[in-house]
Amino acid sequence: MIPVGFEYARPDSVDAALALLAEHGEDAVVLAGGHSLLPVMKLRLAAPELVIDIGKLAELQYVRVEGEEIAIGAGTRHRTLEASEVLAAECPLLAAVAHSVGDPQVRHRGTLGGSLAHADPASDLPAGVLALGGTVVLRSPRGERRVPVTEFYTGVFSTVKEPDELVVEVRVPRTGTAGWAYEKFTRRASTGPSSRWPWSTAGSGSSTWGRPRCGPGRPRPRSRAAPRSRRPRRSPTGTPSPPRTSRGPRSTVATSPGCSPGGR
Amino acid sequence: MTSTVKVQITVNGQPTSADVEPRLLLAHYVRDVVGIKATNIGCDTTSCGACTVLLDGESVKSCTVLAVQADQQEVTTMEGLSPSPDELHPVAAAFRQEHGLQCGFCTPGMVMATVSLLAENPHPTEREVRENLEGNLCRCTGYHNIVRAVLAAAEAQGGDS
Repeated sequence: MIPVGFEYARPDSVDAALALLAEHGEDAVVLAGGHSLLPVMKLRLAAPELVIDIGKLAELQYVRVEGEEIAIGAGTRHRTLEASEVLAAECPLLAAVAHSVGDPQVRHRGTLGGSLAHADPASDLPAGVLALGGTVVLRSPRGERRVPVTEFYTGVFSTVKEPDELVVEVRVPRTGTAGWAYEKFTRRASTGPSSRWPWSTAGSGSSTWGRPRCGPGRPRPRSRAAPRSRRPRRSPTGTPSPPRTSRGPRSTVATSPGCSPGGR
Repeated sequence: MTSTVKVQITVNGQPTSADVEPRLLLAHYVRDVVGIKATNIGCDTTSCGACTVLLDGESVKSCTVLAVQADQQEVTTMEGLSPSPDELHPVAAAFRQEHGLQCGFCTPGMVMATVSLLAENPHPTEREVRENLEGNLCRCTGYHNIVRAVLAAAEAQGGDS
């Protein structure tokens, strides 16, 4: 599969990338790791006229503590997140969620900002950042604005980002040793309709910074005490049946020490 | 017709250069422009891992990387791993020793993924090996010997780590 032909630009700074975005608007797309964009371009579901490659911009690649938050450059790769000592100490949920993305080859290329901006409800990192109550930093030639991630998504594959805006940073709270859990359910083959897409949920025991959340475009779990999908229901025989939200087997469970997902 | 872009990519230690369409995939650059064919294209959807190469030492699926994204970087394929057929890279030698292949289609990707894994984690447990090769599929289902080969390679490389 080969994408439709396109023009290619590799600006050497964020400002240069923003100038290109401002000039070309919806005719342009931003390429970072490419592991969300290139597959849809190969399927010809997307055929941009211009691809703006920001994958090598070092100014978008960092993980650092700033006050009570951790600031993460949008171009930071999943592999960097999962191996980050800062995240291991200050926000282990995000490191664990990054570790659960795809496979090592995907994690070597995919970026946090790209994953959030793509807004795929089956993605791991949007669910994690939603659970953390993080902030997305958008920049354009008109200036910079900070959008709570809970207001960033308007639906499936849809965000409030304007065509001339670039996700430049993601901010998450320093959670330290607070308890957390992350689960996801695999998509069963050939289940087609979007209503059967998998749930990605993440939650925290701390009410001060996080709530159970699903990925973009999905309704919020009913219970704020725990994601509904984590509560095993009992069948008449007394054995736990799969959670109602699950359309396939649970594929990943990651928790902080001492935190038992689903009460099991 | 879109314009072409000049790329300079070091492949297996040798500088290469070409004017390419931006849509050219790295897998096609290696196979069709450079002309070395060990890198297989299997699923073409970032799933099977047969096209895995090293990009600046890290495993990537070259069917989901544009050649222009690899500009000014180093690519290593299976051809660049072993000094000679008589002197195999420790990972390649371990795959032969442990019979870590059947039809061989997935093997170049498996070997390159293994080289990347052992660079990041020189002493993986069996579970870590299985987890870290989740991006590489063997349709012959020869996973047990592949995992054994990776563990043998880790042991063989033990002195270096």
